[in-house]
Amino acid sequence: MKNNGPQSATPTARLPKCPTGIRGLDEITSGGLPRGRPTLVCGGAGCGKTLFAVEFLVRGAVQFGEPGVFMSFEETDAELKSNVASLGFDLAGLVRRNKIVLDHVHIERSEIQETGEYDLEGLFVRLNHAIDSIGARRVVLDTLEALFAGLPNEAILRAELRRLFRWLKDKGVTAVITAERGREQLTRHGLEEYVSDCVIVLDHRVNDQIATRHLRVVKYRGALHGTNEFPFLIGEEGLSVLPITSLGLNHKVSNARISTGIPRLDAMLGGRGFFRGSSILLTGTPGTGKTSVAAYFAQAAARRGDRVLFFSFEESPNQIIRNMRSIGLRLEPLVQRGCLRFHAARPTLCGLEMHLATMFREIAAFQPAVVIVDPITSLLAAGADFETKGMVTRLIDFLKGGQVTSLFTSLTQSGHALQQSEIAMSSLMDSWLLLQDFDGNGERNRVLYVLKARGMAHSNQVREFLISNRGIDLVDAYIGPSGVLTGASRVAQAAREKAETLTSQQEAARRKRELERKRATLEQQIAGMRSEYKTEEAELRRTDEQVGTRTRVLTAERTELARLRQADAIRAASRTPGKPKPKSKR
Amino acid sequence: MRTRTVKRAELGSSRRPARLWELRLYVAGQTPKSLTAFANLKQICETHMQGRYHIEVIDLVEQPQLSKGDQILAIPTLVRKLPQPMRKIIGDLSDTERVLVGLNLRSADVGGGEL
Repeated sequence: MKNNGPQSATPTARLPKCPTGIRGLDEITSGGLPRGRPTLVCGGAGCGKTLFAVEFLVRGAVQFGEPGVFMSFEETDAELKSNVASLGFDLAGLVRRNKIVLDHVHIERSEIQETGEYDLEGLFVRLNHAIDSIGARRVVLDTLEALFAGLPNEAILRAELRRLFRWLKDKGVTAVITAERGREQLTRHGLEEYVSDCVIVLDHRVNDQIATRHLRVVKYRGALHGTNEFPFLIGEEGLSVLPITSLGLNHKVSNARISTGIPRLDAMLGGRGFFRGSSILLTGTPGTGKTSVAAYFAQAAARRGDRVLFFSFEESPNQIIRNMRSIGLRLEPLVQRGCLRFHAARPTLCGLEMHLATMFREIAAFQPAVVIVDPITSLLAAGADFETKGMVTRLIDFLKGGQVTSLFTSLTQSGHALQQSEIAMSSLMDSWLLLQDFDGNGERNRVLYVLKARGMAHSNQVREFLISNRGIDLVDAYIGPSGVLTGASRVAQAAREKAETLTSQQEAARRKRELERKRATLEQQIAGMRSEYKTEEAELRRTDEQVGTRTRVLTAERTELARLRQADAIRAASRTPGKPKPKSKR
Repeated sequence: MRTRTVKRAELGSSRRPARLWELRLYVAGQTPKSLTAFANLKQICETHMQGRYHIEVIDLVEQPQLSKGDQILAIPTLVRKLPQPMRKIIGDLSDTERVLVGLNLRSADVGGGEL
């Protein structure tokens, strides 16, 4: 303390930040904790204060090259090492490499007798020694409040604490001080009074038997910070605070399209399927084939060479693989090739945030191009509505940010208003397919609609959705005067129509034949008449010829006669040939 | 006051088996409190355990690494290493009665009938 003068506080526009390396926290605080200042982390028992502090130090030492001192007032060095080893923090190794100093301060009230004036210079000397021994930039005082239990004189203690925080600032180390949450104050002993730069509250609540950890930046002097309560969790790799991405709407979009795996469905979606990086909601009542459609999509993507991550909250991976085999999908080879990965968990296993964080971690590890969540509604049960919406928003945001195409199936209870649970989600989704049951004629049939598909021309038609052992097929549903017919009624209707067509074809043929016959008859008649006519005509001609001959003969006779009587009467006689005299001659 | 001062009175003058007090006084530089504490301690020792004590003064400013061993936070701290069990007395030792209780001198002396 003596050899370090007060750090020259250069008034810059931006407060220098000290990145914690804790996933999500640096985003919320836009950079980390205030550098060179103490930060108070308070919370109830078991909410992760010590872990927060340890991670701050370990990440500082490993990722940012800033050695740290951990002064523990509760746990011994050995306890601490073994406690955090389960999170993958090699505290012992860091201590060996002089990156971290662990110092366990033990105070036993019963051993101590107070006899007059004193101060806590011993603590200062000790801390100073630890800091200087490795050139520490970060300091953690884990539950400084143990001092209140160990030292009888609170007045002295408070004065000394005030001096301690001032001293830490002067020393220029970034400090994290943990404290127990008080009833009415942030901390049991009012430490927030001394640490005024940054206060973070950790919380561990149980709602509906599901415990969730929350983190809130109560105060951050001189810096912009998210003031919301953010869920966080303690996973296998330490803390992660959600959201991992900021909730902005500025992700890149892609024009590439990817097939749904069902050609007819592609055709309904403008012929080319979904947009890459879009989010798709698939709702349906139980047994309408949501998982099948999802599996088809997964298979198509995996066969194209995309990596697919399938989150299943209802069925085990093996069950899905078996069931999908029955409709002609071979998912197993894809799993073996590493194109498809399943992650199955019971929704009630843990809280929503835990699920979400697990999903984030899986996604970050597997780097998929397609993510399927089947069904998202199982998760909704794990949290309140607004929480779920927040969660889904974060998930979608995260996926979109990474250009990951996501398909969420959603279970609607038959009888409920169709869009009930979807109201919260549908607005977040780019495409929405609806699978529905049609009940009638003693059977249930599945139909599929495209409710919305942002940014593409899509069919408004209902399609009957058939699942057989050859796979999924979409057929045009029969739409007629009696409504939409599906299944057996559609088939019956089709058969009826076919029969009708056949009948009318036969009728037409019959009529054609009849007409033909009629024509033949008519033609026969015509031929008969014509021959009759010809006969008559010939007769007539013969008669004519006879008449002509006779006339000529008569004329000749008359001429002869006239010549015989008087030559000048020939002309008159020729004019009136019908009054011949030669009758008498005959 | 010098650091690491050893005050050793000659032993064995007492009739009873010698009971040695091994005391260690932690200070941080020569502050008024430290000086007061040392003066008080010396006086108490001379009064109550003449010739049977051994004081070691440790200045943490010079030897900060030593603070860890005895878990020193408060300054000045007097540690009674012997006789067992170890006791810690913090403060400038101005409250003699409490120091005596803390050092287990009061009860021991009463029991021994020396006072």
